[in-house]
Amino acid sequence: MTSAALRSGAWKLLEMITTPLLPSDYLDLVSPLRAGADLRGRIEAVHPETGDAATIVIRPGRGWRGHTAGQYVRIGVDVDGRRLWRAYSITSPTNRQDGRVTITVKAIPDGKVSNHLVHRAKPGTLVQLDQPTGDFVLPKAQPAKVLYLTAGSGITPVMGMLRDVEFDDVVMVHCAPQPQDVIFRNELHDLVADEKLRLTEVHTDTDGVLDIARLDELVPDWADRETWACGPAGLLDAAEEFWSEHGVEERLHTERFRPSIVVAGDGGEVTFSATGKTVDADGATPLLDVGEEAGVLMPSGCRMGICFGCVTPLRAGAVRDLRTGEITEAEPGVLIQTCVSAAAGTCDIER
Amino acid sequence: MTAIDPTAHLTAEQIEELGRELDAIRDEVIASRGEKDAAYIRKVISAQRTLELVSRGVLLFSFFPPAWLIGTAGLSVAKIMDNMEIGHNVLHGQWDWMRDPKIHSTTWEWDHVSPSDQWRHSHNELHHTYTNVIGKDNDLGYGIMRVDEDQKWHPFHLGQPLWNFINACFFEYGIAAYDLELGKNLHKQRRKNPEFRARAKAVGRKIRKQVLKDYVIHPLLSGPSFLTTLAATFTANLVRNIWSHSVIMCGHFPEGVQVFERRSIKGETRGQWYLRQMMGSANISGSRAMHFMTGNLSHQIEHHLFPDLPSNRYAEVAVRVRALFEKYELEYVTGPLPKQVFSAWHKVFRLSLPNKKPKVDAPDREQELVAA
Ligand code: FES
Repeated sequence: MTSAALRSGAWKLLEMITTPLLPSDYLDLVSPLRAGADLRGRIEAVHPETGDAATIVIRPGRGWRGHTAGQYVRIGVDVDGRRLWRAYSITSPTNRQDGRVTITVKAIPDGKVSNHLVHRAKPGTLVQLDQPTGDFVLPKAQPAKVLYLTAGSGITPVMGMLRDVEFDDVVMVHCAPQPQDVIFRNELHDLVADEKLRLTEVHTDTDGVLDIARLDELVPDWADRETWACGPAGLLDAAEEFWSEHGVEERLHTERFRPSIVVAGDGGEVTFSATGKTVDADGATPLLDVGEEAGVLMPSGCRMGICFGCVTPLRAGAVRDLRTGEITEAEPGVLIQTCVSAAAGTCDIER
Repeated sequence: MTAIDPTAHLTAEQIEELGRELDAIRDEVIASRGEKDAAYIRKVISAQRTLELVSRGVLLFSFFPPAWLIGTAGLSVAKIMDNMEIGHNVLHGQWDWMRDPKIHSTTWEWDHVSPSDQWRHSHNELHHTYTNVIGKDNDLGYGIMRVDEDQKWHPFHLGQPLWNFINACFFEYGIAAYDLELGKNLHKQRRKNPEFRARAKAVGRKIRKQVLKDYVIHPLLSGPSFLTTLAATFTANLVRNIWSHSVIMCGHFPEGVQVFERRSIKGETRGQWYLRQMMGSANISGSRAMHFMTGNLSHQIEHHLFPDLPSNRYAEVAVRVRALFEKYELEYVTGPLPKQVFSAWHKVFRLSLPNKKPKVDAPDREQELVAA
């Protein structure tokens, strides 16, 4: 017998011993971060960055496959006893010696998870993790000149990049309300002092919101630079327009943190067929919220349509994409993102 | 269906008001669910797992009598915890709000021969909706007993104390059978129904796994303690069965608990539904340990009013519910376990014999029951 067959035989026997539970249910009691366990992490430290932002140091479980600079991770945190999933950019470099990863979180008003992580998270707490993903990453071939255009917490994926690779010529334009709101300010200024970075801070409380055309003056050679931009929709929309006006849109890479939600009409009766629950939903509430309200176990992540952590089969009926207004109708194999889809009439969600 | 309706003094308006007051209690608890509650159930689950593991470990040496005793006691308690405070309540969706897929009614499986999804259907949907409605609530006498004077007597009922005792000893199998609605599904035409066959198969699979674990694998692992471990797991299952049967009997059988006719629930309002739950359930009084070991089903009245509230909150809810019983002059049926068990058994014995026909429109009522 090969050792693999032996192991799987032993595992089967273990399952017979522990039924109706699984061996992992017992192993989780003692070793939740072991190889083969559901991916989790343990919060080891929380470092405040600004008044409303903090960096969380996480020791990921053995199954963690590592990330690429600029990627994000879906993380499930128990807030007031309730597991909520969000996606956050990873801010630690890929070669960190101790194997820990960090995310940096800015508390947004009414943000349940962000406020919890920034103000209340305690070292020792277990969190659920997904493997990191995202294609807001650096290319294989080193670009000669780089521009990072960021605003607010949009700096977080870029910080992951800055800490990961050094380029010869890096310019950053970062917007924040006031100097003290700039996350990683000291570290950025150290990079500037070491001449590894040229930095322009735009303080929107005094300077007003960045007019994208000012780039001509702030970074005259912006069009020659490979650019990574991350921040609120307004900034990214303006950037996309500006870059394509100048015919250089292939140099611009963006990461959106928040969808611009359009209000849709309709709504209808939503059935969650796996659980047998039926509820009325309006046409503006994401089905993710509708399901969660009804006590259905809904997977989720960013809750803004980017991570696909919430995809669920649509068995019948139609839903409307809250970002585009586009209607999706049920067909075998059709998956919808429940966080950005609302009922467009009666529908059936396989949850 | 006692001769005097104990709720007759309430006006329709009062019943709806009662409903609103109960809704308010529920809303408050729901709004205050949080970290502490989550920590509670997690702690109970890990305690149960640890206890089971340790007990089974001790039973590896069960040829040594003290080890047998300790292991058997531990395993019995672990099985009771699994079924009552954890399984029953998780399967009610009491912890679904946590959104933890490991502690969720749709994913949970328990140490019981009835697969959890089948039990969920018959228990949550049928028993909790049609509580104590004759002909609709299978829990009522489990289809093998006569539990109300108005039910037609049949010589078969003479044996019901015995049926009840056998059911207590093999309770989990009894439950599996009635989750399958065996009585009605064993008819020739129904037996072939593919849906029924699939469910029966699932039960078969579950039984096989449970039996293999308890009566083959663990005894084999004990080597020289094979027989003593076998006896230990059998005893633990027996203890768990008798215990849960007793607790559950106390929930709806003791004297003073009302049962209802099918007709009476047509067009039932929210307030009336609540009232039926209040009148159709009975509590067990006792210490905190006692409440815990019954899976808080000792707060049966509260559980029936709010089946999906976390079990650790029933004790505080009970104080307020009891005040409402007083306010509306209703009888809150409760008592210590021995008294309630005795009362329930007394009823089983009493109704095994025929009684005088009730005076009011009996023929009509009987038709209803037969139609059920
Ligand atoms: S939760 Fe991230 S795409 Fe829906």
